Amino acid sequence: MGGNGWKWLLCAPALVVLVLAASGPLVIVAIYSFLSPGNMGGVTWEFSTEAWFRVFFRRDIFEPDLVTWNTANLAIFWRSVWLSIQTTVICAVLGFPTAWFIATRSPRSRPFWLFLITIPFWTNLLIRTFAIQEMIRNNGTINTVLLWSGLIEQPLQMLFTDFAILLGMAYVFLPLMVLPLYAAMDKMNLSLIEAGYDLYGSRGAVLWHIILPLVKPGFIAGSILVFIPAIGAYVTPRVLGGGQSLMLGNLIALQFGQGRNWPLGSALAMLMLIVVVVALVIYLRTVGRSDGERRV
Amino acid sequence: MKKQAGLAIAALLASTTVAGAEGVLNIYNWGNYTHPELLERFTAETGITVTLTDYDSNDTALARVRQGGHGFDIVVPSDTYMQTWITEGLLMPLDPAIVTDRANIDPNWIDVPFDPGREYSVPWAWGTTGVIVNTALYDGDINTADVVFNPPPELSGRINVIPEMSDVMSIAIYYHGGERCSMDTDLLRSVRDTLMAAKPHWLALDYGTVDAYVAGDFNAGIYWNGATMRVRLQNPDFAYGYPVTGYPLWMDNAAVLSDAQNPEAAMKFLNFILQPENAALISNFARYSNGILGSEAFMDPEMQGAPEIDVPSELAAAGRFGEACPQEVNDIHTQIWTEMLQ
Repeated sequence: MGGNGWKWLLCAPALVVLVLAASGPLVIVAIYSFLSPGNMGGVTWEFSTEAWFRVFFRRDIFEPDLVTWNTANLAIFWRSVWLSIQTTVICAVLGFPTAWFIATRSPRSRPFWLFLITIPFWTNLLIRTFAIQEMIRNNGTINTVLLWSGLIEQPLQMLFTDFAILLGMAYVFLPLMVLPLYAAMDKMNLSLIEAGYDLYGSRGAVLWHIILPLVKPGFIAGSILVFIPAIGAYVTPRVLGGGQSLMLGNLIALQFGQGRNWPLGSALAMLMLIVVVVALVIYLRTVGRSDGERRV
Repeated sequence: MKKQAGLAIAALLASTTVAGAEGVLNIYNWGNYTHPELLERFTAETGITVTLTDYDSNDTALARVRQGGHGFDIVVPSDTYMQTWITEGLLMPLDPAIVTDRANIDPNWIDVPFDPGREYSVPWAWGTTGVIVNTALYDGDINTADVVFNPPPELSGRINVIPEMSDVMSIAIYYHGGERCSMDTDLLRSVRDTLMAAKPHWLALDYGTVDAYVAGDFNAGIYWNGATMRVRLQNPDFAYGYPVTGYPLWMDNAAVLSDAQNPEAAMKFLNFILQPENAALISNFARYSNGILGSEAFMDPEMQGAPEIDVPSELAAAGRFGEACPQEVNDIHTQIWTEMLQ
């Protein structure tokens, strides 16, 4: 050991932050999910698996012996996952050409384009979301222009639909896809593309066999960065979706607020965590399997 | 950097000591609910600086204050939550030496079930939860929950319901002739069926919607009386209806926290809002009644005799104060609510 035995102490601040800030709250949430709801919020320290039971099943309100799947919770889960998958795909489709455009500019102008990508982060998420609301509402900018141009006769109902939620989430999370994609393209050796053309590869073949495999790490990182916050999104579905169909984040908030059932809220939060981890593992195992061999 | 941090801390300490000498009052109230002039007037009268922090629900306020270390002096809970606040010892009894003008409270609002004899709180504002309708589109009877639960075609698809589970459940339960916290399964089944059938007619369940009504996003909904008045003042086509089958009454009440930093200033503030001219400011801002005798004389002219404020006498009996339901009932309500929003 000698003098080196104390070196680990240099990691201590990082370890303390990780344990306290990351694991601490998680442990509390996990413990709360096995307690009983308190009076008007909070918990009482009585062990109970009722919260976990209620995540998946429900006792019929009218016949307590009849136990069925909790289809409401499962439907909300599925909506969150499905909207998040769609958001991730939209961000990837829009993010790829954007990142490619930036990566192929001259090295001097690239910081400028990257800078433009970061501009949305300067404004609070809530304010940007309300700005979108202003644009897509019935007498908002888009409908006004469409009505004026005569393309439509009635305002399009865009606000308070799943379309609005998707639009909002894609807008919010797009930079999180563009930046890792750009990072991957930036490292790419452009002469490989020339080599592809030299070998009579078509444009499609070059894209499919050279560019996409090379930027795959960027897609993986970007997808993770988009999918995880999307599945827990709270503000966007609330403001743009009008709260008429819940997503996971709203369902969890409901339990901690008006539902006054903190253990159920904790169990739902834990389940969301588990779903995200499982989805990540599956994703990385399928998409990321051959990643190591191909990296240049 | 370290030096700067040190300076910042020193500055912070200095500022708190200075402020402490003059007295600071920290009010924790619902958002968009406090007239700025009310606070300015209080500071001018007493020299006490006021800071205002917002909350958006009774549950948020209760959870935060229960944790302790919040630094607030005054909170404004709703009637349904008052008993929880009192029995948990979170509120301080009024100090009769400072809160001297309790006689200004309308006698109807003194022996209230949620704070009998007004030992802990003074009225802030009270109102009703009813329905709002654009009468340019629909000229039928609007004193019915049917405009939301079973809407006419001209309103369907343009309805907004406030995402207040207890208010919406109450209106639906009263609609079927039940009691707020009833466990009657036949009743609850009808309530669920009504809500599930009504939901496809609704466009949104949203809070901050005065602008949205004015902008034409919504034509009807479940809404508060004061908020409806704010809409009507910008678009006279909107009118407020009191569902004849029953609608919730509510009252928010200002009280001093038992762990207040500055209880004396807080008690002074409670006595301050018992003065009719100050209570009128509360009403002028949020457009709700306040329960203080003589305050009408100081209210804006448009408040006088407003149909959202003066409950029609034939519909007054349908207004009911609620109660916070026991957890097992609340769980059923949450389950119905979740099913409706799945």
